[in-house]
Amino acid sequence: MAKEQNHSDFSEMSRRGFLKGIGAGGAATGLLSDASMHDAEAAQKGLKGPGEIPITLNINGKTQRVRVEPRVTLLDLLRNRLDITGAKKVCDKATCGACTVLLDGDPVYACSVLAVEAEGRAITTVEGLGSSVNLNKLQKSFVDRDAQQCGFCTPGFVMASTAFVRDNPNASVDEVREGLGGNLCRCGTYAGMMLAVSDAAKNKGGSNG
Amino acid sequence: MANVAWPQEGDRRVIGKRISRVDGPVKVSGEAKYSYDINRKGMLHAKAITSPYALAKLISVDLSAAEGVAGYVAAEIQEDLIGDEIRYCGQVVGAVVAETEEQAIEARNLVKLNVEVLEHQVVDSDLAKFEGRVGERTDGDVDKAFEAAAVVSQGQYGMATITHCCLESHGQVIEITKDNELLAWPSTQNVSGYAGQFGDAVNIPQNKVKVDCQHMGGGFGSKFGVDNWGILCAKLAQKTGRPVKLMLERDTELKVAGSRPSAFANARVGLHPNGLISAVEAEVWGTGGNGGFRALPIPYVFTKVENTKLLTKGIRTNTGSSRAWRAPAHPQGCLITMSAAADAAALMGMDELDFFLANTALTDRPEVYREELRIAANIIGYRQKAHLRDNLTSGPVKRGLGISLHTWGGRGHPSECDVSIHSDGTVEAKLGSQDLGVGTRTCVGMVVAETLGLPHAAVNVQLGRNAYPASGASGGSTTIGGISVSSRRAATDALNALLAVVAGRLRTAADNLEAVDGHIRQMDKMDNRISWKDACAALGANTINKRGVNDPNASVEEGLIDAGVGGVQIADVSVDVETGVVSVNEMVAVQDIGLIINMKLAESQVYGALIMGITYSLFEESVYDPKTGQMLNADMEFYRLAGIKDVGKLKVHMMTGKGYDERGVIGLGEPPVISPGAAISNAVANAIGVRVPHLPLTPDRVIDALQKGGNIA
Repeated sequence: MAKEQNHSDFSEMSRRGFLKGIGAGGAATGLLSDASMHDAEAAQKGLKGPGEIPITLNINGKTQRVRVEPRVTLLDLLRNRLDITGAKKVCDKATCGACTVLLDGDPVYACSVLAVEAEGRAITTVEGLGSSVNLNKLQKSFVDRDAQQCGFCTPGFVMASTAFVRDNPNASVDEVREGLGGNLCRCGTYAGMMLAVSDAAKNKGGSNG
Repeated sequence: MANVAWPQEGDRRVIGKRISRVDGPVKVSGEAKYSYDINRKGMLHAKAITSPYALAKLISVDLSAAEGVAGYVAAEIQEDLIGDEIRYCGQVVGAVVAETEEQAIEARNLVKLNVEVLEHQVVDSDLAKFEGRVGERTDGDVDKAFEAAAVVSQGQYGMATITHCCLESHGQVIEITKDNELLAWPSTQNVSGYAGQFGDAVNIPQNKVKVDCQHMGGGFGSKFGVDNWGILCAKLAQKTGRPVKLMLERDTELKVAGSRPSAFANARVGLHPNGLISAVEAEVWGTGGNGGFRALPIPYVFTKVENTKLLTKGIRTNTGSSRAWRAPAHPQGCLITMSAAADAAALMGMDELDFFLANTALTDRPEVYREELRIAANIIGYRQKAHLRDNLTSGPVKRGLGISLHTWGGRGHPSECDVSIHSDGTVEAKLGSQDLGVGTRTCVGMVVAETLGLPHAAVNVQLGRNAYPASGASGGSTTIGGISVSSRRAATDALNALLAVVAGRLRTAADNLEAVDGHIRQMDKMDNRISWKDACAALGANTINKRGVNDPNASVEEGLIDAGVGGVQIADVSVDVETGVVSVNEMVAVQDIGLIINMKLAESQVYGALIMGITYSLFEESVYDPKTGQMLNADMEFYRLAGIKDVGKLKVHMMTGKGYDERGVIGLGEPPVISPGAAISNAVANAIGVRVPHLPLTPDRVIDALQKGGNIA
């Protein structure tokens, strides 16, 4: 499940970011009043936008300098400006997890993070794991256990599972069920995913894992 | 000489094996490019202009505010809608295109539809709203049969409208080249049939329409057409001279891009004293939204019931049109029949398994169903766990078992495939089919590899382009039969051409040669052989190209494919009678499907169908507000899909071997998705002693049924 983000780091954040952040699991009333405060603070500090502003992002270990409107989500930036299309746009409302990427190692819904929020943080997308000819253990398990059909949810599940297996190397079946509760699949590949993630947890510690 | 008949079990080296899908690695690494992922140089982003009205006369479209948005490029309105009616909320009436996606959304949100609002109708559960002709079908004399019956059970059953909710929404990228070629990357189930649907909308000859769909994110029956958003996208590409991407947003996807008709019924079932069904009567109603509503197969599976009467009343509503949803009409017919039948068995005090075992006599394939029922019962431990409906388990969490039977056709569609053997030993198969995630690509490679005596990875399969030989749309479980025969025939002919080339070198006749384990060898003298590579080298500068064709009738005659399967499912559920929450503890699916090409992928299909079935049984429903005509849950938070912890323990058993394999290849996409609704509903009835009439079996419906005390007559 995507972790709740710590919003206090971001003074330059629009209301949209806060509203989207609520979807990721915050307490609505508290955040709304925070948002108003932040808007005021941000205005005093000279909030950039609404036009494009230059930002520098660290994506899969590479530095990318882009100009982007502050309203652009990390997901849209990845997909539309950088042609990094592994993360998918499905619900666009922080529900389905198809856009899951890691921010400083934590899984987040990229549809609900603004690109400007990701500045200065390590962004890992599915393209940052193994390539198709050099899959890591978890990816191999997904293939071996046929944990995909149409595959549109798969990159999101792979990213959520990457963080889950890292944090829960000895996870029980019930823990896997809880841990992957933030992602949805339509074709019904959960049976394969349970096995894939369990295998990967068991095998953790091997090379390229 | 090779022939096209499928190899016997002992001779199969690739077919039937548990081979991982060949496109798995590109999917788990994010390299697979779906239509939604296509980014072309200079591409613009379009967003659909949709109707907020459920019924209105469209007078004009005001783009003036949209045109003022930075980055706005153009708009296209579906002209024939002006002056006509908009018939459901979310209906796509045009599209706005801009430099960026954000700008397209901003501009689109400023488009104003000038309309005359009309009175809409979105209620599908009220028979008073019915107008039109009643469909009627009768056989025998139900009234007489009910009079004579030992038991007559009466109840109401049904299921709500659901949507396809493809994770990759409907849409496409379209580019028109300077040579006036139309390049389309649609998310489609119909690669070979897509180009012909543009008609004269963009005035580009069909042979200049190039379609490419390498990966697509789910269709389930909703992605056969170009749709008006495809036409709008093409027109915008033509108007702007730049590539355009137009994918539906999630809310629009859920409202307009396909739904499964609701179906409700007042049904009566009569039983003979021995428990056999003597009569079935059903008055069915429901809606296909803005589309049609067709008669359901009732009585389902028990087609030999002598006395039947079916009335059908389709209610037109101002909601999106229904589209084929996996196994059209079957889940509804199955739910109504199996629920009503199980209620009759319960009324008679008969065990549900015994009841269904006895009534297999009224089906088209009694032996298959009986064997499957026994296997399913063993796997789930039915006899140890079963209890009669009036003998509930103790405590607030009640457990129950439920059974359902289903059937489907699944005959292969027309398909053509080219197989090439090159002089360096490489092999290609090309066909204008598509892989929806079911493993088409993998299965074509396996069939060709089996035929040529090669490992499956040795075959390069190319599909997803209309430049390749035409292959049918993927719907109705028709693909595997179609593509396995066309690829088998092409590979067989190609191999025979190669055998003719190398026969002289092996000093024997071509018809005395076979391809096995990477060699061409003499059948009666196996050490007289050459390697595949050396055999192909004999082609010199030539390449062998052969086209295989699946003519379904001929292939059925030859025993390569068949139609008509039976499957059985049993569900084990828990129902908390204090909260109304239903959980599936375990489900078992036993499925007959003829000759299985890839056991791993076949099982995945059945697991997926069970999960999709659990989802529509417990969670899914398109909820419309009668007053505003709006879909109230057009997002994925409130249009709920099952998550990984909602699905319980699943077990799949595929029927193989004698009696099954020799039938040839039969499609699998539909059958296992039919029974879950009925099996789960029956299990809930068994658990709590009363029928919850309608799916999804949400807590409110369960509590309501408990409070009413059931509807068993």
